[in-house]
Amino acid sequence: MTRKLALRVGELVLVLLIVSLGVFSLMALLPGDPAVAILGAGQPPEAYADLREQLGLDEPTFSRYLDWLVSAAQGDLGRSVVPPQSEVVDRIVSALPVSLQIAVMGLVMAMLIAVPVAMWSAYHEGGMVDRLISAGTFALLSVPSFLAGLLLIMLVVDGTGWFPRSEWVRLGEGDLLGNLHHAFLPALTVALAELAMFARVLRGDLITTLREDFILAARAKGMPPLRVLFSDALRPSSFSLVTLMGLSLGRLIGSTVIVEYLFSLPGMGSLVVNAANQGDFPMVQGAVLVIAVLYVLINAGIDLSYGYLDPRTRRAHV
Amino acid sequence: MTAPLLEVDDLHTTFRTPRGAMRAVDGVSLSLAAGETLGIVGESGSGKSVLGRTIMGLITNGPTTEVTGSVRLAGVDVHGVKPAGRRELWGTTVAMVFQDPMTSLNPVKRVGLHLTESLRLHKGLSKGAARERAVELLRQVGIPEPARRAGQYPHELSGGMRQRVVIAMALACDPQLLIADEPTTALDVTVQKQILDLLQSLAERLHMATILVSHDLGTVAGRTDRVAVMYAGRVAESAGTDAVFGTPRHPYSQALIESIPSIESRPHSLLATIEGSPPNMLAPPAGCRFAARCRYAVDRCRVEAPALEPRGAAAGSVVACHFPLTAPLHHQHQEVGA
Ligand SMILES: Nc1ncnc2c1ncn2[C@@H]1O[C@H](COP(=O)(O)OP(=O)(O)O)[C@@H](O)[C@H]1O
Ligand code: SF4
Ligand SMILES: [Mg+2]
Repeated sequence: MTRKLALRVGELVLVLLIVSLGVFSLMALLPGDPAVAILGAGQPPEAYADLREQLGLDEPTFSRYLDWLVSAAQGDLGRSVVPPQSEVVDRIVSALPVSLQIAVMGLVMAMLIAVPVAMWSAYHEGGMVDRLISAGTFALLSVPSFLAGLLLIMLVVDGTGWFPRSEWVRLGEGDLLGNLHHAFLPALTVALAELAMFARVLRGDLITTLREDFILAARAKGMPPLRVLFSDALRPSSFSLVTLMGLSLGRLIGSTVIVEYLFSLPGMGSLVVNAANQGDFPMVQGAVLVIAVLYVLINAGIDLSYGYLDPRTRRAHV
Repeated sequence: MTAPLLEVDDLHTTFRTPRGAMRAVDGVSLSLAAGETLGIVGESGSGKSVLGRTIMGLITNGPTTEVTGSVRLAGVDVHGVKPAGRRELWGTTVAMVFQDPMTSLNPVKRVGLHLTESLRLHKGLSKGAARERAVELLRQVGIPEPARRAGQYPHELSGGMRQRVVIAMALACDPQLLIADEPTTALDVTVQKQILDLLQSLAERLHMATILVSHDLGTVAGRTDRVAVMYAGRVAESAGTDAVFGTPRHPYSQALIESIPSIESRPHSLLATIEGSPPNMLAPPAGCRFAARCRYAVDRCRVEAPALEPRGAAAGSVVACHFPLTAPLHHQHQEVGA
């Protein structure tokens, strides 16, 4: 048991190391010379060389990687090279909660819609409503998320004035309602993009589960249909859904750029994109590292949850 | 005389499939008194499971299923009441033991929960009381260390133990009728007898009517009061168990008995299997359904379907054959090289 746990943690550390190496080498992929990007063109060559030395860019790549890694492990991701040269960590600490909140709220909303929809569909498989729902989710799948966002803005923000469009209210700054008010539409945009896939996958797995003997056995005991659906069918049907959700969460944290732009949210997506445009390599490296580490950790968590979902896999895992 | 516990009258279960109407149960009538035991025997595909499930109301009228005729169970018209009314019967008046214990328990639920949830639902027991009763039930069906087993997951139990759990689950709310649908088919031969003995002794002790379904006539021998032999969705013969074994009146019953491996037969003896295969129930033949495989068939059999009638035998004994057999059966097995 402890050996398996140790193995697993070792595996995780190895993955994280590889991720960090990948993230660090991203800098090489950024277009242009950071010194040129920062100083602008047309400066004397010595100025560029000085800056490179100042940034440590003249040292061997591997030793720079080690330095960066050791500092990162201590929670120091360096400073931005673009004025006002703020601490990378500070910027991430301010952007990450925004992205996390939108992603988590979006996924929760997607679940709240997808689970009942999938259950209804699967329970009445082949019926009128099932076919309508299937067509609906299929249509939704083919709508790009920014389109849903644009439509929401046009219809709800501009049309009714019920929801604010700008001036994000930070979570934890007292005004929880104001925060939720702001987060609602961006989260709904995310939810609309994700829920169709969730609903379709869950519907398919539920249909398979509902054909199992133990469902018939549960019904034969006199359990009411809703109870059978929630207490007998849902859990054994949720593997793909949970996997998909983990992947979505990891992906959404760094890639809600479009939604962030549409709703003027100061999240991770805009942080990375702006930094990349300005050649702010410490910022890009730091932000991408944080996103990648979260992605790996979330999916490790998902792996662990399989043991809860199906006791039969418990021995195989941890 | 009081009304029987179960009365099935001219029951038909038809599935609408893309290839046409599939008449899985095609006119079955039977009745069962409280505490009585009935064996239902027939080849795989003869409609036994569909019959059991239609009797219980697990299969009922729906978008792809048509049920006609009637089932009265403890005075309730099973297919006439609302779904909630049917659910009230399930577990308390009628319960079912399924064929495959590997699949009839929920893999993500602990053994105990399978029992406590119905105890709490039907009997309104508290959590603690339900747990105690569940352990008691597990002990009753012969599970050693019941308290520990209750905390385990189904995959941690052997097939025989799981079937005991399924039986305990069926017994939890004291049903008056237990339908056991091939309860031992999926089990090791050594375990089969134990499970059948258990079912028999529980039925006697709890004075519970039982329908024991099997594809093997040998399984019900000596265990049920009566036997109904099913062929292609219909009852071919129904009589006291001893009568069917001693003087089978339907040629199909005779053939089934001949195919039971007898203890005296040598390991290499060749069983008399029934030649041919059952009719296609999407388009059943007009006359006697067994005609294509019957060694006594004449032209009349192929045009006129025989009705299920007493035909001179003792009361409660009926057969669907124009020319019922009369002589007692001599068990005869061909032996290889004999
Ligand atoms: N839901 C269904 N839809 C269509 N055909 C079915 C359905 N359930 C059972 N059948 C058919 O009904 C016939 C009887 O099945 P079943 O009662 O399971 O046989 P048995 O239990 O005697 O082996 C089989 O031919 C089977 O294919
Ligand atoms: S009616 Fe004819 S074909 Fe059918 S079982 Fe009797 S003898 Fe055979
Ligand atoms: Mg069957």
